[in-house]
Amino acid sequence: MAKVLMKGNEAIAEAAIQAGCHYFFGYPITPQNELPAYMAKRLPEIGGCFLQAESEIAAINMVYGASGAGARVMTSSSSPGISLKMEGISYIAGSELPCLIVNIVRGGPGLGGIQPAQSDYFQATKGGGHGDYRMVVLAPSTIQEAVDLVMDGFDIADKYRNPVMLLADGILGQMMEPVEFKKREAIDLAEKTWATTGHKGDRPRNIINSLFINAKELEDHVNKIYRKYEQIEKSQVRVETYNCEGADLIIAAYGSTARIAKSAIEMADKAGIRVGLIRPITLWPFPRDSFKKWAERDHVKSFLTVEMSKGQMVEDVSLSIEGKKPNYFFGRTGGVVPTPEEILGEIKKVMGGTRG
Amino acid sequence: MKKVFTRPKSLTGKPFHYCPGCTHGIVHRLIAEVMDELDIREKTIGVAPVGCAVFAYEYFNCDMQEAAHGRAPAVATGIKRVHPDKIVFTYQGDGDLASIGPAEIVHAAARGEKISTIFINNAIYGMTGGQMAPTSLIGQVTTTSPYGRQVDQAGYPIRMSEMLATLDGAVYIERVSVHDIRHIARAKRAIKKSFELQIAGKGFSLVEVLSTCPTNWGMSPLESLDWLKDNMIPYYPLGVKKEAE
Repeated sequence: MAKVLMKGNEAIAEAAIQAGCHYFFGYPITPQNELPAYMAKRLPEIGGCFLQAESEIAAINMVYGASGAGARVMTSSSSPGISLKMEGISYIAGSELPCLIVNIVRGGPGLGGIQPAQSDYFQATKGGGHGDYRMVVLAPSTIQEAVDLVMDGFDIADKYRNPVMLLADGILGQMMEPVEFKKREAIDLAEKTWATTGHKGDRPRNIINSLFINAKELEDHVNKIYRKYEQIEKSQVRVETYNCEGADLIIAAYGSTARIAKSAIEMADKAGIRVGLIRPITLWPFPRDSFKKWAERDHVKSFLTVEMSKGQMVEDVSLSIEGKKPNYFFGRTGGVVPTPEEILGEIKKVMGGTRG
Repeated sequence: MKKVFTRPKSLTGKPFHYCPGCTHGIVHRLIAEVMDELDIREKTIGVAPVGCAVFAYEYFNCDMQEAAHGRAPAVATGIKRVHPDKIVFTYQGDGDLASIGPAEIVHAAARGEKISTIFINNAIYGMTGGQMAPTSLIGQVTTTSPYGRQVDQAGYPIRMSEMLATLDGAVYIERVSVHDIRHIARAKRAIKKSFELQIAGKGFSLVEVLSTCPTNWGMSPLESLDWLKDNMIPYYPLGVKKEAE
């Protein structure tokens, strides 16, 4: 299929439809509004259902109901709206329901701003909602990658019966790039025999539930979920490494920030400084082994984590490199996007030993 | 010997956990009898609330989903949009529907969501141990209104049925009671009507059932039935609040 020029939010919506998602429940919030608008137009054309809910809370609970009823379903929002969905996401994880949640991240905390940010990393990867659970968190750095990850994300959600989040910043939501919607081979997914579709006596009653009043039963249930997470950690890690061979310094960055970092790396190259990039594509499961491997290389002297936040992923980078090399941080936040020049400046400071 | 009374097929047979004298069991049975009579058990998906009826999924012999507190109408919306040919009902108490969940119930009604809601109003929080509900009566003593509900501090009890009856998307709203046999029969007719309207694809309907909570009211079951009749019905008048043409 030929490439088409599309805005990120609309491309994500089209990718979801092509992945077989025919149910969308959401609530307006900037900067993701083009996504539900696209769904509102397209889903009725194909016999699907778009519903603008009364709140983000209602929307995520509609997702719960629809997923429990066996549908491939999604919602989208931006940071403050995602906070409202967190209760529902915890229930969805606890009830082992698959769905895709798109967060087009804006600056926070509170009402924050509407400019791009990466300050929801903790919320996405460390829980956000209550209880022991994990979400698979996919972080695209191009619109093409967002399209591909949306399609993969639904399959991962269905395979493991777990919510998957696409964590993209407002830059990716708002900008336009050429994208291709690739024909994909259908992967072999188990039939949703657990869904509430009406109980005819040909199977046990299906109950969608996260309540286990007996402590031991709840522990068993959580342990069962965590065995899935072990499988996910083993098989679903995705990471891009760039220019790391022979590098003195490795930058850790994801999403749009990783693209800006690449520009800084090219500038550094011209200045005779060899810099690599490790770009986590899955923020959970985090590519720990990749970071550890490069931290053990003698030529790598230090790491520089760059984020559009006050420093969130930097903690996972430090945990991964286990103190083998220093890990410096540079971040802009509140919707301010770092420039390649700024990052180059930080690279020079680290290399020159003037970073504390 | 001819069997004249038996458990409805739409109940699983698991013994209810409800307190002695609580009317949840009666309402569960009425819903199950209606499901049997309309022969819809196999195509019904129920949504349980948070509150005393949180285990409703263990009692109704149909597919069930357990919703977060107050969100049952949103969960039911998701189910019904995926399976418009199935029968979907929510079972919710007054804390769930009238305190934490008004947005969900109001908008499900406004959209004319084709679901049935059975709303249990016993004027108190049962599961959490007898706190003031949005439906607690003025002067009613609870653990969080130990001096009686004061209007200047806690405002007025909410009449949800009357509120919802103002919405165009609601096709049928009725308040019933289960304090005696005659009213129980009337309650069953209302529940049946609600399900029949859903089968006919008409729109949103709700049956509010005035119920008792002897444990948290601090009364015997019989005293509770009288208290409901003498105190709740005057504030929450019974009858059809909305019936679309």
